[in-house]
Amino acid sequence: MRHTKRGCLILLAALCLTLLTACHGSKETDEYQTPAEFDTSRSYEITFWAKNDTNKNQTLIYEQTIREFQALYPNIAVNLRLYTDYGKIYNDVITNIATRTTPNVCITYPDHIATYLTGQNTVVPLDDLFTDRKYGLGGSEVRFESPSKEEIVTQFLEECRIGGTYYAIPYMRSTEACYVNKDFVEALGFTLPEVLTWDFVWEVSEAAMQKNPDGTFAVNGQNVMIPFLYKSTDNMMIQMLKQKNAGYATGDGRIDLFHDTTKEILFTIAGHVKTGAFSTFKSSGYPANFLNAGQCIFAVDSTAGSTWMGSEAPLLDISADKIVPFETCVYPVPQFDAGNPKMISQGPSVCIFRKEDPQEVLASWLFAQYLLTNEVQIAYAGTEGYVPVTLKAQQSEVYRDYMNGTAPDGSEPYSVKLAASKLLLDHVDDTFVTPVFNGSASLRDAAGQLIEAVNKSARRKQTVDDAYIEKLYTETVALYHLNPDGAGAADRKAELGELPGMAVALLSALGLTWGCILFYLIYGWIRRRKRHN
Amino acid sequence: MKKILPGLLSLMLALAFVGCGNTETPVSEESSSVSSEAVSSESSESVEAVVSSETEAGSEETEETTETTGVMSFAEYEAAELDTEVTVETYVQAKQSWWDNKATVYGQSEEGAIFMYNMVCSEEDYEKLLPGTKIRVNGFKSAWEGEVEIIDATFEILEGNFIAQATDVTALLGTEELIAHQNEFVSFKDMTIVAKKDKDDNDAAFLYNWDGSGSEGNDLYFDAAVGDAVYSFTVESYLYGPGTDVYETVKTLNIGDVVDMEGFLYWYQGANPHITSVTVK
Repeated sequence: MRHTKRGCLILLAALCLTLLTACHGSKETDEYQTPAEFDTSRSYEITFWAKNDTNKNQTLIYEQTIREFQALYPNIAVNLRLYTDYGKIYNDVITNIATRTTPNVCITYPDHIATYLTGQNTVVPLDDLFTDRKYGLGGSEVRFESPSKEEIVTQFLEECRIGGTYYAIPYMRSTEACYVNKDFVEALGFTLPEVLTWDFVWEVSEAAMQKNPDGTFAVNGQNVMIPFLYKSTDNMMIQMLKQKNAGYATGDGRIDLFHDTTKEILFTIAGHVKTGAFSTFKSSGYPANFLNAGQCIFAVDSTAGSTWMGSEAPLLDISADKIVPFETCVYPVPQFDAGNPKMISQGPSVCIFRKEDPQEVLASWLFAQYLLTNEVQIAYAGTEGYVPVTLKAQQSEVYRDYMNGTAPDGSEPYSVKLAASKLLLDHVDDTFVTPVFNGSASLRDAAGQLIEAVNKSARRKQTVDDAYIEKLYTETVALYHLNPDGAGAADRKAELGELPGMAVALLSALGLTWGCILFYLIYGWIRRRKRHN
Repeated sequence: MKKILPGLLSLMLALAFVGCGNTETPVSEESSSVSSEAVSSESSESVEAVVSSETEAGSEETEETTETTGVMSFAEYEAAELDTEVTVETYVQAKQSWWDNKATVYGQSEEGAIFMYNMVCSEEDYEKLLPGTKIRVNGFKSAWEGEVEIIDATFEILEGNFIAQATDVTALLGTEELIAHQNEFVSFKDMTIVAKKDKDDNDAAFLYNWDGSGSEGNDLYFDAAVGDAVYSFTVESYLYGPGTDVYETVKTLNIGDVVDMEGFLYWYQGANPHITSVTVK
C-alpha cells in the first residue's frame, strides 16, 4: 500500500513536470521542417498578398508571374490580393495572425516582420530552406533558374535577417531621391552642386519665397509655391540623424531618438515651415503633383515613385493643362556631409507564413523563390525606379541594355526612372537600414510624427521652443508606447502590466506544491537515515 | 502530510489543466501585443491631432495664441485663413469612414458644405452620426491637394436636423464657378458614359482604381461626358463599397449609357466627385 501511495505521488509529480515542460516549451518544439520531397500528387492553393504602387504595369507583372509559375507547377494555384499601401498589409496581417488566416506569401518590410514574430510560429525561418539541396536557392529540384544565395546582393539579403535568422527574401530595393526643377534653381540665380546639401536646399527654398507685387510668387508667377516638399517624414528624420551620426536606435532595441540633435533638426524645420519654404505630404499633398505643376523645386520621394516625377512623367495625377515644362534632375537626398553621403535602403521583401501542412509551406517557398528569377526581377524593376535584388539580374544583358536606354520591348525607358535606378546602383555602399526589433515600426512612425507635429504647429503660428519639444517628446513616447530608457522588448513586457489574479494563484499553488514535494523528500530521506543509524 | 500532498498535487494538476486547456490564451496575449503595435502605427493621424491640440491648448507662451473661437457662420468659415482654428455648426450628410477612433464625414447646412477629415470620434458616437444630425465641430481649417477641410477636429452632437437636396451643377462642369460648390451634395444630369482604357488597354466603362490596377473592393473610376467634355467620377469604396447600390450599378454600366448621378463634390487637384447614386436612363 505504501508503495502504491508513493507510486501515485511520483506519477502525479511526473505528470506535473510533463505539463509544465509542455506549457513552457511549446514554441521551441514546433519548428518548421522542410519535407524531404515535394508531394506533386497533391494540389495546393496559396495566397499572395502583394503591393503595387497604383501602377497597372506592376499588376500585370504579378499576374504574368503567377501564370508562368503555375505553368511550371500546375498543382500550385496562387491567389493574388493586391494592396497599394504597406501599412494596410501590415494591419491585415496582424488581424489575421489572431485568427490564423495569414496569407502564405506576403510582401512586407523587416520592421513589420519583427512585430509578426511576436506571435507564435507565425513567420517561417528561411535559413534551412535557403540551403536545402533540392528546393533551396539554386536547388536541384527547383523547376526554374533560381539564384544561389551568393547571387543575391549581400547587403539586401542581410536586411532580411532578424536576430540572426533570415525571415524574408528581398524582392525589390529603392531609396529616396530628390527630384529637382533645375530651371527654377537657375532662375533664382543658383547653380546645382555635385552633391545636394541641406544648406543649399534651404537657401534656394527661402529665395523662392519672394513675391511679386500682385502676391504671386516671383519664381513661378503662381499663387502656390512650396519650394521643398518631403513625402516620407520618418525617412527624413532617420536620414538626417544618420548623416549627423546621431542616435536613433540600437540593434538590441534601445531607443535613442529624443535628444538635442533631434531638437536642433526640428527647430530648423520649424523655421522653414514658418516662412512657407517647407511642407510635407501629410500636410499639403503629393510632392509629384506640386513639382509637375511648377509649384515645387525640391521634391523628395522614393525612387519607386520616379515615373510620377517630372513634366514628361508617364504617370500623372494632375490634368495636362496644369503641367509646367522643366528639366528634372535626380539627386540623392540632401546631405550634411557632401563627402560622406548616407541614404536609406528600402523596398519590399517577401516573407512566408507558417501553416500546419509543411508541403503547403514548401509550395509557398517555391513561389517566393520564383520572384527572384531574372524574368520577374527585371520586369518589375522596370516599372519604377527599383533595382533588382540579385546580381544575376543586375548583370544580365537584358538589364544592362535597359539601363543603357533600351527596354526589353525596344522602347526607350523614362529618363528620370533610369536616373533614379542608377542613383541607387551607384550608392549601394552609402545606404543603411535601421535596426529591426519589436517596436521598431512604432519608432519609425514616431520619428516622422515629430516632424509632422512641428510642421503643423509652425503653420499654426505656435511657438516651437525647448518647452514645446520637451512636451512633444513626452507625448510621442507615451502615444507610441516607446521606452527611451530600455529595449523595445522590455517595453512591451511593461505594457502587459501586472499578472492576472488567476496566474498568480496558479503560480503560487505550483510553488507551494513543489516546496511540499521537496520537503517530503528531504523529510523522508532524513527519517530513513535515522532509521538506518 | 501524506494526505495533504496528493491533494495539493491533484489541485495543481487541475489548475495546470485549466491553465493549459485554453490554448488560445497565449496566442491572444501575443496577439494583443501585436495589435497594439498595429494601432500605434495606424494612429499617427490621431497622434498628430493630440500633439497639436494639446500643445496649443497648454501653451501660454505661443506667439499668437489662437483664441477659442465662437461658432462661425459659413461665410466666416470660408473667409478664415488656412491653418487657423475654426468652430462651425453643420449637419451630417454622409459618413466616409471610421477607423482608430477617427471619423471622416461630409457635412452641409443651408449655407454651405464642409468636409471633416479624421475627427476624433468613438465608434459609439460614429453610430449616432446619422444623415441630418446636427454637429458642432472645432478644429483647424486646412487644404490637402486643393480639398479644403477641417482636420484635428472634435465635435459634439446638437439638436437639429437637415438633409441637403442635390444641386444640379452639370452646367458648371469645367468652369471656375464649380469650386464654389466644393464638398456640396450635387447632381449631374444626362451624362453619357465614355470609355476608359483598362490595364490591358481595352475599352472599359469603369476601372478598379484610376488606371485599372485594382480589383473588387477598390474605388471605381468612370468617365462621363456632357457634350464633348469628358469628366472623371469616383465611387469612393470607403463611402459606398461593394454591395451598395451605387457600387454594383457602376459595375453594370456600359459605354454609351446615359445617366443621372448624385454625389459629393470632393476636390483633388480639381473636381473629383464622390458619386453616391447612379441612375441609368
